[in-house]
Amino acid sequence: MKMTIERGALLRSLTHAQSVVERRNTIPILANVLISAQNGAVELTATDMDLAVVERVAAEVSQAGSTTVSAHTLFDIVRKLEDGAQIEIGVGAEEGQLVLRCGRSNLKLATLASEDFPVMSDDDMPHSFLVSAASLRSLIDRTRFAISTEETRYYLNGIYLHAAEGEGGKVLRAVATDGHRLARMEVPLPDGADGMPGVIVPRKTVNELRKLIDEAEGDVAVTLSDTKIRFGVEDIVLTSKLIDGTFPDYDRVIPLGNDKVLEVNRKPFERAVDLVSTISTEKSRAIKLSLNDGLLVLSATSPDAGSATEELEVDYSDGELEIGFNSRYLLDITQQILGDSAQFALADAASPTLVRDSSDASALYVLMPMRV
Amino acid sequence: MGFLCRDCLSVEPPENGTKCPACGSVRTAAHEELHALGIAHLDCDAFYATVEKRDNPSLKNRPVLVGGAGGRGVVTAACYVARRYGCRSAMPMFRARQLCPQAVVIPPDMAKYARVGRDVRALMLETTPLVEPISVDEAFLDLSGTERLHRGSPARTLARLARRIESEIGIDASIGLSHNKFLAKIASDAGKPRGFFVVGRAETQTFLADRPVSALWGAGRELCRRLEGDGFRRMGDLLACSEEFLVDRYGAIGSRLWRFARGEDGRRVDPVSHRKSVSAETTFSRDLAAPEELKARLWPLCEKVAARAKADGIAGAMVVLKLKGADFRIRTRRRTLPHPTQLAERLWRAGAVLLTLEADGTRFRLIGIGLSGLCPAAEADPPDLAEPDGERIKAVETAMDTLRARFGDTAISRGRRLTPSPRRPGR
Repeated sequence: MKMTIERGALLRSLTHAQSVVERRNTIPILANVLISAQNGAVELTATDMDLAVVERVAAEVSQAGSTTVSAHTLFDIVRKLEDGAQIEIGVGAEEGQLVLRCGRSNLKLATLASEDFPVMSDDDMPHSFLVSAASLRSLIDRTRFAISTEETRYYLNGIYLHAAEGEGGKVLRAVATDGHRLARMEVPLPDGADGMPGVIVPRKTVNELRKLIDEAEGDVAVTLSDTKIRFGVEDIVLTSKLIDGTFPDYDRVIPLGNDKVLEVNRKPFERAVDLVSTISTEKSRAIKLSLNDGLLVLSATSPDAGSATEELEVDYSDGELEIGFNSRYLLDITQQILGDSAQFALADAASPTLVRDSSDASALYVLMPMRV
Repeated sequence: MGFLCRDCLSVEPPENGTKCPACGSVRTAAHEELHALGIAHLDCDAFYATVEKRDNPSLKNRPVLVGGAGGRGVVTAACYVARRYGCRSAMPMFRARQLCPQAVVIPPDMAKYARVGRDVRALMLETTPLVEPISVDEAFLDLSGTERLHRGSPARTLARLARRIESEIGIDASIGLSHNKFLAKIASDAGKPRGFFVVGRAETQTFLADRPVSALWGAGRELCRRLEGDGFRRMGDLLACSEEFLVDRYGAIGSRLWRFARGEDGRRVDPVSHRKSVSAETTFSRDLAAPEELKARLWPLCEKVAARAKADGIAGAMVVLKLKGADFRIRTRRRTLPHPTQLAERLWRAGAVLLTLEADGTRFRLIGIGLSGLCPAAEADPPDLAEPDGERIKAVETAMDTLRARFGDTAISRGRRLTPSPRRPGR
């Protein structure tokens, strides 16, 4: 194997590869990136066995071949090389060595045989569709904060992606919940996604995918089966196993009948929640919302820190109500609202509250109150 | 010399002899420090058996054994009549029946004992808020400084409490009175049954010297075996050792042994429950391996644990499954729930998952399940967006509990309590 590659292009794809590779590995080869050079391009592959990223980078290949080296080491080296430099990569004279030359720098890295690199099996993936990178970004951004980290309920450790019947027709829907809050976001259903099964995309995959599509324009090709999902973004292919579990029947916890409606100006509300929550205890982060016609009083007290209140004029006329929330969760939600005002639909101090962007019906959030 | 008549509560000492000059009773206590001691341990006598005798007076003078009647049943309580035949609690039932073939064997009714236990505790709490329960039928009480409140010494207040337990609840209790918990506990045992035993500061050392090391708090079977192997059979034998030596040899517990052997115990009577877990277990009459059969045995235990948690106003977030193999090896498996629970259904769901992983064909002789990571009931089973069924599970169980409270524990259960019959596979 022998090739020449531009530093910037290599660095960019190594950034993706090293982020997939776990810092600690019991299987040594999983710490490595597979480099395989064919005519005109090199393919970099990194995997943690649940998730694999394959990225094609243009390179001048004078001799085809493949090997694997430590992803983090190679990334650190390339990161420290001069921008715009050309890097020469080849197999060393001694067996088990990769030689890297750049200007007057000369590095030799230990390799492991590419035959031992685990390949994610290429199952039949019967469903495929194209979704715009922008849609995918908003599906992820609006929901991923609510993904649970609780290991016993592993089926909550991802985003539930499925086709559903929305208010204005068929939609592709993303849902995440940790039991305390639930986030649901939908976009019009892409062609070809109609018969797709509901799948739970693991948190790590969601986060890696989000990085890959951060600046992407155009469409992302999605193909999936019951057990795997693959995203094609430009020259990158991300393949991931899906969480094998049943996502809860979330429709039943969305309180569409709540009749006490509160409209708040998002920015002043966020600022007030943030300010008042400074006083609430570190553990519960609880703040109290006291509602009266036209007026919202936010308050928090802590036996150690003191107390805080702030008043906000709001659009509300459904009678007195006091309800407590975790301020962190409130902010997580309002930060996903892009419009100027947020709408809260409440029932009582013990029942779930529905939150929406007043000007955008595509996302909705459900938040459990806390006793205060 | 302090004097107390346990029947009429008179503190007027007799001129000579031990009979109460006021009422003529022989159930009296006399001790130098009688009215100066305030830490007590109250323990009901042969509790389960006594409750059964109370509820069925025809058993009064007959030997009664409470426990599992099956082949591997164990005696959980033996009444004092049965003890005369050599029956003891924790003895295999078949052995107890050999010793006393005419004994009446009664399967335990834990819910009933818990109710009676609560009645006893209520009377204790009327005496002092400083009640530290150890189990359903025993507790430490700290009555120091209650002389003016109760118009009498702690000893007199305790005698009155024991009298009330007898007359109002209908069972007997023994009391140990001393200057710390460790001694009070040993004292209550020394006076059983219907005892009232006092250990004063002056005779602490002599009282302890001849006691077996097994009476030391925290000394289980294993530690006792080691102590006895090292030549420490009586607590007095430990007095010759330095604290360092005991710590070196037995670890952290060594320092406790050193202090206890001297009758020192600085622990206060602490009314806050420090219970770490609630659990229930059962030994099968024959070894079981089939997952379905094991699960059928697991469900009633879940109901039992949940009932106890509900009765005591506690909940737990960790479910612990215990299995003992035919080879007596114990496996425990645990799983943390998203929220603390006191519902049998949630216990069962977690327990059944753990059991499925273990039921690999191994033959088991015992199964048990418990809750740990305890917290107050108010924190239990909060509404959860990820569990749309949660409120329904709660409502069903509440309805079942209401039925049981009205019509008895066997009024309703779930079908999973039933074992599929192996003989009629088609039906």
